[in-house]
Amino acid sequence: MMPAPPPVLLALFVTEPVSVAHYLVVGAILFTAGVACMATKRNALGVLMGIELVLNGANVNFVAFASPYLAADGARSLGLDGQAIALFVILLAAAEAAVALAITLNFYNNHATVDVDRADDLKG
Amino acid sequence: MDPAAQLPLLLGLAWLTPLASFVAILFFGPRMGSHGRNAAWVATAAIVTSLVLSLTAFVVWLGAHPVTAPAHGHGDSHGEAHAADHAAAAADGEHAAFRQVALRAGDAAALPGADGHGDSDHNAEAHGEPHLPAAYAGDWYTLYEGGRLKLSIGWYIDALTVLMFVVVTFIATCIHVYASGYMHDELHDVTDHEVTLADGHHLHRPGRFPRFFQALSLFCFSMLGIVIAGNLAMVFIFWELVGICSWFLIGFYYERKSASTAANKAFIVNRVGDFGMLIGLMALWGALGTLSFADSTAVGPDGHETVTPGLFSLFRPAETGHALQVPDGMVTAAAASEVATIAADHAATPADSASEIAARVPGWREAGLGRWLLVIAGLGIFCGCVGKSAQFPLFVWLPDAMEGPTPVSALVHSATMVAAGVYLVGRFFPVLSPDVLLVIAYAGAITLFIAATIALVANDIKRVLAYSTVSQLGYMMLALGVGGWVAGLFHLVTHAFFKSLLFLCSGSVIHACHTNDMRKMGGLIKVMPWTGYTMLVGCLAIIGAGIPFVIGFSGYYSKDSILAQALSFSQANPSHTILYWAVAGGAFITAFYMFRLWFMTFMGTPRDHHVAEHAHESPNVMVTPLVVLAVLAVAAGWALPGGLGVANLLEQARPAGTAEGMTGGFAFGQRLVFPAEHESHVGAVHVTATTTAFATALAGVVLAAAMYLWRLISPAGVATVFRPVYAFLAGRWYFDELYDVLFVKPTLGIARLASGIDRGLIDKLIDGLAWTARRLAGLDAWIDKTVVDGLVNATANATWNAGLKMRAVQTGRLRQYVMFIVVGTVALFVLASLAFRSSVAG
Repeated sequence: MMPAPPPVLLALFVTEPVSVAHYLVVGAILFTAGVACMATKRNALGVLMGIELVLNGANVNFVAFASPYLAADGARSLGLDGQAIALFVILLAAAEAAVALAITLNFYNNHATVDVDRADDLKG
Repeated sequence: MDPAAQLPLLLGLAWLTPLASFVAILFFGPRMGSHGRNAAWVATAAIVTSLVLSLTAFVVWLGAHPVTAPAHGHGDSHGEAHAADHAAAAADGEHAAFRQVALRAGDAAALPGADGHGDSDHNAEAHGEPHLPAAYAGDWYTLYEGGRLKLSIGWYIDALTVLMFVVVTFIATCIHVYASGYMHDELHDVTDHEVTLADGHHLHRPGRFPRFFQALSLFCFSMLGIVIAGNLAMVFIFWELVGICSWFLIGFYYERKSASTAANKAFIVNRVGDFGMLIGLMALWGALGTLSFADSTAVGPDGHETVTPGLFSLFRPAETGHALQVPDGMVTAAAASEVATIAADHAATPADSASEIAARVPGWREAGLGRWLLVIAGLGIFCGCVGKSAQFPLFVWLPDAMEGPTPVSALVHSATMVAAGVYLVGRFFPVLSPDVLLVIAYAGAITLFIAATIALVANDIKRVLAYSTVSQLGYMMLALGVGGWVAGLFHLVTHAFFKSLLFLCSGSVIHACHTNDMRKMGGLIKVMPWTGYTMLVGCLAIIGAGIPFVIGFSGYYSKDSILAQALSFSQANPSHTILYWAVAGGAFITAFYMFRLWFMTFMGTPRDHHVAEHAHESPNVMVTPLVVLAVLAVAAGWALPGGLGVANLLEQARPAGTAEGMTGGFAFGQRLVFPAEHESHVGAVHVTATTTAFATALAGVVLAAAMYLWRLISPAGVATVFRPVYAFLAGRWYFDELYDVLFVKPTLGIARLASGIDRGLIDKLIDGLAWTARRLAGLDAWIDKTVVDGLVNATANATWNAGLKMRAVQTGRLRQYVMFIVVGTVALFVLASLAFRSSVAG
């Protein structure tokens, strides 16, 4: 049998069965999208959405690492720990969203806007 | 009732009441009425209470020890008094709680070994036993007890104590009443015309009314403390208290330079005498280990009584028939080296050495060991009395003490301060050896002569009286010195009355004339008759006026007994006849200067019309004491038909063994004979003395009248004829100048030298050190400011500048922060993955 020619990365990605790497790619895309959202949005709510994306990107990674089906051998998976951490992150994200929305609301009450570029009171 | 319990209680309360008044005025004086007006009432109430208590004690005393007239002969009539003593002694035993001490009259019962028969007192006279004075002694409170030293507050009460209490409180009462009128100027703000301030104005100060009465109360308390004291240590404590009180009162107008100087002079001169007194105290205590006058009885736990002999029975033990002998303690102290040898020989058996020492004591005593110690003790105590009683050579303070308010002068000159010295010589009389007595007699003679001559030419009315006091104190000392115990103390009592009278009269005159100078007075009898005639009574009393052998003023009796005793002494010791002539001459001079004073002040025509116009009789509050004192100045010497009189009362307190006279003395190479006092009552002596006294006094009065009343002889003419003598006397014998050259100037010289060394050497050294320290400190400050502060400031500046730079980072733009975070995180991640690639890849 002829040794297989070196695969092109994208091709490999498509041809190989679904593994942890695929999930990681999805997580990375989510993360990057979140960061881009945080960096570009001037609306505070948009920034909060970006944060949610970043956190969920991380959550995808945790869950992927935890899955016994995706691991090459079961011994190297995070097991239930990964899912537990993901749950924690969701919880914290909820709390954080509540606090952040409250801050945003207050900011709106005081400044009649939710533009984060106008929130520069802490400027040194 | 039991006098042994009553007398200490009554007299103790009489003694402490003025202290209570002092404390009350000290704390609440300024709040007693406006300007402390009521302080006078508090002090007067206290002293009146004292007087009442003293009089009660006097009555109790008379109840227990009836005074009888002495039978001239050999004192046989004391039997009755003795029996009473004995009864009191028996009653004593029931009051053990009082730590009662054997009555001296009861000694025989307390000391069975002393004479061997129990019912001794009734047989005593028959056996020819000497008279023992009735006395009570004991301790109220022990201040300190350790080793041989015991300091206690105790009492020694005999007829002399009771009499002195009555005299002191009585005169003090009169003076308190008088002073409450005399001192009224102090009730409001005072402008003192004798003090000129730097700005040319006179001193203006608030009145010090309560302060005066506060000091007066303390003064009375101190004097009564001396009188009641049961031991010499207590005497010394109150002796010093009297000194400080005199300092307060003489310096009452302390803003006046003359007053503060006089107060200091009185205090310092007294310190000189007190130094001698301390030596005497140390000689007594060091050799004998006790300072208590009377024997003390301590009852042990087994009921056994141990008697500790006091000074009186150590010096005049019953074994010798109360004749003076050098006590064992002084003999062994003088024979210290032999005692040490004996103790070394019997080191193993101390009892043997003690008995051998005891056996050899009589031999040593025969050899004369310890006699000098006896003389030193006596002279030391007398030295204190010289200071207090203003005897030659320490009399210079008393005339200057006139700077105090006149009531103080009256108190100081009669009943308190100066009386203390004579009183102590009297109290201490049994311990004085013949040599000491001779010294006392001569000191008194010199004092009385010098002071009397100075009084002749003095023009200040109070100064004449001051020198007359010094002179009369000389009389008392001389009387004690020639063995006239009763005579000296009798004169102390009578003098207290007439001298306080004279001073209060002079105060009344000064109050009216606002001057002390007799040359500006004259003719005052018309405007102030009460003062004038009471003062005449005082003058007659002091010169000893009387109808010879019939009746006379108080001074007549006391001065006669002094003259008689001096005559008796000079007959026994022909080489000391000069003492008699001093007394007789002194009597003449006294009569002259006293009537010179009276004639110049009250008779003739006014010399200064300004003074005469303003003169007025003093208010009743001042005149009443004058009249009361005048009555006593007349009557103090009288004896009631039953024999009750001052002299007979004093006879009760005569120290044991002094009634018989004394012979001895070794210091001046001759044997002295001190005749018994009752021998001076014998006709030959008594008649001569009385006649002499009468003649000299009369001559003095007549001469004074010739010069100042009838103007037969011109005083100015006499002064011109005897110019050098007059100048010498007017210069007061130049004693102040002499002391100035001898003591004050050298002291000031040494002080100046010391101050020069201090300023030139020590101050310069210290100044140099200070200068160096200052320079070093300057250097230190420079280093601190430049180097240390510079470093600290540079750090602070760097931090500040860094902060300024760093604030630029804080843009406040959220999205930028997010990018920083992301880029930073990614950068960290990349760096970490680069660093740990192998391990991760593996």
